[in-house]
Amino acid sequence: MEAKTLLEIKNLKKYFEISQGMFKEKINVRAVDDISFSVREGETFALVGESGCGKSTTGRTILRLTDPTDGQIVFKGKNIEKLPYNQMRALRNRMQMVFQDPYASLNPKKTIRQILMEPLRVHNKFPREERLEKINNMLKIVGLSEEHLDRYPHEFSGGQRQRIGIARAVILQPDFIIADEPVSALDVSVQSQVINLMLDLQEEFGLTYLFISHDLSVIEHMTDRVAVMYLGKIVEVADTEELFANPRHPYTQALISAVPISHPDEEKERIILTGDVPSPANPPSGCSFHTRCPFAMDICRKVEPVSKEFSNGHKANCHLYTDSENKEEKEYAINHS
Amino acid sequence: MSDTILKVKDLKIQFKTGKKTVQPIRGVDFSIKKGETLGVVGESGSGKSVTSLAVMGLLPEKTSEIISGEIVFDGKDLTNLKEKHFRKLRGNDISMIFQEPMTSLNPVFTIGEQLSEPLKQHKKMSKKEIETAIIAVLTQVGIPRAEQIIHEYPHQLSGGMRQRVMISLALLGQPKLMIADEPTTALDVTIQAQILKLMKDIKKQHDMSLLLITHDLGVVAEMCDRVVVMYAGEIVEVAEVKELFDNPLHPYTRGLIESLPSKNTRKNRLYSIKGQVPKPNEITKGCIFANRCPFAFSKCFEETPPVQHTGNHMSKCWLQDSNKDEVS
Repeated sequence: MEAKTLLEIKNLKKYFEISQGMFKEKINVRAVDDISFSVREGETFALVGESGCGKSTTGRTILRLTDPTDGQIVFKGKNIEKLPYNQMRALRNRMQMVFQDPYASLNPKKTIRQILMEPLRVHNKFPREERLEKINNMLKIVGLSEEHLDRYPHEFSGGQRQRIGIARAVILQPDFIIADEPVSALDVSVQSQVINLMLDLQEEFGLTYLFISHDLSVIEHMTDRVAVMYLGKIVEVADTEELFANPRHPYTQALISAVPISHPDEEKERIILTGDVPSPANPPSGCSFHTRCPFAMDICRKVEPVSKEFSNGHKANCHLYTDSENKEEKEYAINHS
Repeated sequence: MSDTILKVKDLKIQFKTGKKTVQPIRGVDFSIKKGETLGVVGESGSGKSVTSLAVMGLLPEKTSEIISGEIVFDGKDLTNLKEKHFRKLRGNDISMIFQEPMTSLNPVFTIGEQLSEPLKQHKKMSKKEIETAIIAVLTQVGIPRAEQIIHEYPHQLSGGMRQRVMISLALLGQPKLMIADEPTTALDVTIQAQILKLMKDIKKQHDMSLLLITHDLGVVAEMCDRVVVMYAGEIVEVAEVKELFDNPLHPYTRGLIESLPSKNTRKNRLYSIKGQVPKPNEITKGCIFANRCPFAFSKCFEETPPVQHTGNHMSKCWLQDSNKDEVS
């Protein structure tokens, strides 16, 4: 039953340096700080978190659109974090990306024909004569048609543009697609159309998705496993159903409780977090969540928690579960959460 | 009349684009009672923001025109009000919170300077009184270190804090009606929960009416007493919030509720409304939703459906007509 691992991320770090002037020390922004996870073949793995938590940077670093500072990226058993530009470029026909903003990610000066032809030309895929036919097929699959070929992106609505963005990624028949907030810029009724399209494509081509989003209801609907990120770190990983039924980390609990209700009669216990996400340039000591955590203890301010496994791949990084001292106090806190 | 604060009657708005004219608002009717939260739901392009701008008198003068209808606020007709009189109203009796907390504050003025503007406009207060009033209102919206914040610039604050500043700005004149145009769309979920709770508390304290414009049905379920559903410049359904979720009458509302991921079985295809919202220049005769409606029949493409009332529940659909049995 254990599926093959397609992508493995080990201790990935991405720091951005901000220059403060000639004589001052540079500030390191730890956008992604030592994260590890693995994505199995055929599954949809979600990265969830608030803006600024490093989820998009993680996606871009995996595709080497930015170079990692440290750590390993293993794709199909092969380390790709130091691959030279040419080889990396060739490898991108196996891994593709769908971007968040359908208005900014299509070149406004190119027709749809050119936009969809480009990946085929760059990767020299299919004989020339067949390419147009493949493009037409692809357009049909994503719900557009041949007559759209010579139009420009501005003639399409947001939902249609996102379909073109998805078509551009899928036309190379990759194994792995990173979808960075693919539906958050879309209207509700169009959002469900695009989600359906992504589910259909996954079934048809056996795709593996890394689905980056901040929308928990979409994640609950379409993903298999979730990693929750906070300030550049993964604080909890679990199967989607398990995570929503039984969140362990206080941040995950707060995040899930903050989702608006779906019916006015629904009563919801809210954990309302105080304050904002701290700056990643100057993260708090110890557990990075302690400044907003309702259960923060002394140890949280000093020591960074390590990962603890609960059951079958459900892991969380929190002192509430690791430390053996003050056990009673913690149990009290957990039971009253 | 006494308990209705705002009444919009058969409002029609027209825009000029080059030589053509488009009519993004085609007959909008609704009213807000005192102390009520009315939600306006719709997708982009449905005309919800244009309606709210019309109430505020903020439509661009040269290119837009209210062709018919009236907007009555507190017994006064606002449609033909002069700019001079509107200025007395805005920020004082009606105030507005905009969607983008990043762009709706002026980056070159400090928070204190921006907050003192409505007080200078509308009230005769000394500098000292203004400062105390500002600090009081900032504390009320939960901003820590209010005394220091008033000397800071908007870029020094996070998104959630900026939205709090916007709310305090809207509160300063102690308005009778607050219009919030997608107040939490640009914010993260945990911050959204903070802001929604804040708005609920403040509304209760000040006994204001709130017109909440949003596309998020979750926010509606949480905040609103009554809901107006807009589609392509028309109101298609109005109901109490519980009634709307339990018994939506218009196929568009039904579609919106059904397409929520939480209403669908995990991993299955989501219910979706096919097609997309028509642009104002693409609208033909008949029901505006007919081309996307799964229940549409010949009559829908021919005639505009009449307004049907069932108690307080209003909808605009041929299915609710007397001969509905033969179709549904």
